[in-house]
Amino acid sequence: MEGELVQPAPEETPRDANPANVGLELFGYVGIEAVLDQMRIKTMKTGFEFNLMVVGQSGLGKSTMVNTLFKSKVSRKPTGPGYEERIPKTVQLQSITHVIEEKGVKMKLTVTDTPGFGDQINNENCWDPIIKYINEQYEKYLREEILISRKRKIPDTRVHSCVYFVPPTGHWLRPLDLEFMRRLSKIVNMVPVIAKADTLTLEERAEFKKRIQKDLKAHGISVYPQEDFDDNSDDRILNNKIRDKMPFAVVGADKEHQVNGKRILGRKTKWGIIEVENPAHCEFPLLRDLLIRSHLQDLKDITHNVHYESYRMQRLNESNRLALSPINGLLGKDEVESDL
Amino acid sequence: MDKEYVGFATLPNQLHRKSVKKGFDFTLMVAGESGLGKSTLIDSLFLTDLYKDRTLLDAQARIPQTLVIERRAVELEEGGVRVKLTVVDTPGFGDAVDNADCWGSIVDYIDQQFEQFFRDESGLNRKNITDGRVHCCLYFLSPFGHGLRPLDVAFLRAVQHKVNIVPVIGRADALTPREVGAMKEKIRQELEENAISIYQFPDCDSDEDEEFKAQDAELKRSIPFAVVGSNDIVRETKEKAFRGRTYPWGAVEVENPAHCDFLKLRTMLVRTHMHDLKEVTQEIHYENYRAQCIQSLSRVGARDRASRMKLSRQSATELPLLPLETEKLIREKDEELRRMQEMLQKMQAQMQQSQGEQSAAL
Repeated sequence: MEGELVQPAPEETPRDANPANVGLELFGYVGIEAVLDQMRIKTMKTGFEFNLMVVGQSGLGKSTMVNTLFKSKVSRKPTGPGYEERIPKTVQLQSITHVIEEKGVKMKLTVTDTPGFGDQINNENCWDPIIKYINEQYEKYLREEILISRKRKIPDTRVHSCVYFVPPTGHWLRPLDLEFMRRLSKIVNMVPVIAKADTLTLEERAEFKKRIQKDLKAHGISVYPQEDFDDNSDDRILNNKIRDKMPFAVVGADKEHQVNGKRILGRKTKWGIIEVENPAHCEFPLLRDLLIRSHLQDLKDITHNVHYESYRMQRLNESNRLALSPINGLLGKDEVESDL
Repeated sequence: MDKEYVGFATLPNQLHRKSVKKGFDFTLMVAGESGLGKSTLIDSLFLTDLYKDRTLLDAQARIPQTLVIERRAVELEEGGVRVKLTVVDTPGFGDAVDNADCWGSIVDYIDQQFEQFFRDESGLNRKNITDGRVHCCLYFLSPFGHGLRPLDVAFLRAVQHKVNIVPVIGRADALTPREVGAMKEKIRQELEENAISIYQFPDCDSDEDEEFKAQDAELKRSIPFAVVGSNDIVRETKEKAFRGRTYPWGAVEVENPAHCDFLKLRTMLVRTHMHDLKEVTQEIHYENYRAQCIQSLSRVGARDRASRMKLSRQSATELPLLPLETEKLIREKDEELRRMQEMLQKMQAQMQQSQGEQSAAL
């Protein structure tokens, strides 16, 4: 039948692959586009993995933001007023994994929280545990990848996106923010957001954003979406629009209130209700669209093709220097032998 | 002539007139991390524009993050009463990555003011002493945390016995009413846990009227004050104009007690307790400092007893720390001690004699 295409195997070079014939017009319906359906069915069966890390001082609404993003109690923080929260003395990394499902698509979401970041009097090097964690995930993936008989689907625990919460001072980025972002934007996709933005008026927000953008540029920090990875001009236009608005001024809420007869997620104060999903109130919808609706796959691709590759290159170069003897730190001899 | 009426009931009025003529000095220190609305609040409290021309520097122009102490003075006048208000600001506090001991210069500043006053007070010409001592320290807590941060605890511990601390929660429009209540509760609890003594409102006299007592109790319950500051006037309708901040979802009225505690803070700081803050600074904090100072001096003096005579002749030029009055005090005390010791020796000698006589008699 015309519409049935067998597995699109890359080895088979269809006649159209000849560069001179690219864009050859088909004089009938071949059904190539059915490939998209096949991919869709396959991914629905296997599901997605997405790993998100949230970093910021305590009390900036990280857990609430995650719950709001995924519309479920992903973060196990009780919201009652009597909750005791102690600031840990060193930065801890806590990962929680949930499987959430929407319209038949399953997503295995892992959120890594970092309590203790930036809360001490001396915050020197408080970013080290985080860098270590991210590199450990790359290392895990690398080890799986260089095995002789690999798993069909390597479990992906690499951090696809790191959301950094900037406190809404309205002034400028603090030295801690700059230090952290400078280091981490090199190894992971960094998405800075202005936390608890309901304390800034619209003019203050705009001013703050401009200053932050200037600061980031002055220090050579490239946040997601990075300019260097725009594939084509369409992408660039789209991403430029996003870059203009970053960092997004967000407000998180996990309580619903009655507004105009509808139940809306928001924060109720004496002077009004802040609607979290109302783009006139805050930019939470933009963040959600970026992370989930439009750029989720792109985040994963850049993590895999850029950040992971540079880590891999670094590691392989390091080990080549210790070349002749059994490569330390890469392949344990046992691993190799057990697979034979 | 009315025998019963002497007329000294007019004394408070005389005092009042004198103070009005003389004017008040008040020094307020503001401390806390940057971005908590300190400058805006000061401008709102005193309806001034002390900070109007402040420009926020960008990344390149910024001075490296060490704490600086800035003083801004303004003369306010209302109803014939003049107040010379000095605001001591502490930009750079808590801004660096490593904030260990960033409060050192603040503590030094407070001590310096005490020392200056001590010297002036002990000096010969006391006519025109200017009181630069810090009468009140408004410490801004972040509304984004879950109570006190380690830096807050360290700072408050360092200054609690040197200055009147009034903790406030800055940028309180970030919190819903329930969150405000929870935060205040948590902070009060943590202040107690860490044994930090903040400024205590004096209790009302029992003969004050009920309304005043109720107001006072309400004030005490609201510590720490959750404040929002603004000098921008919002015009909602032609009739309704107020100072506040406009958001897409509504406008915060700074002077609305249901929105924030700004009015309570202003009442307390300016209208009812300004004088008490000055008194507590004079009677408790300054006296503590003075006593400590003298004690340490007298310890030094006792050790150098032999060479003290020589020292004092040179002391006027070489040891500026020992004003002549204190020297005299120390010498007098030493004399007393010597006299007491002599008496003791005499008594002991007498006792020995009488014992000797008793044993001889047996």
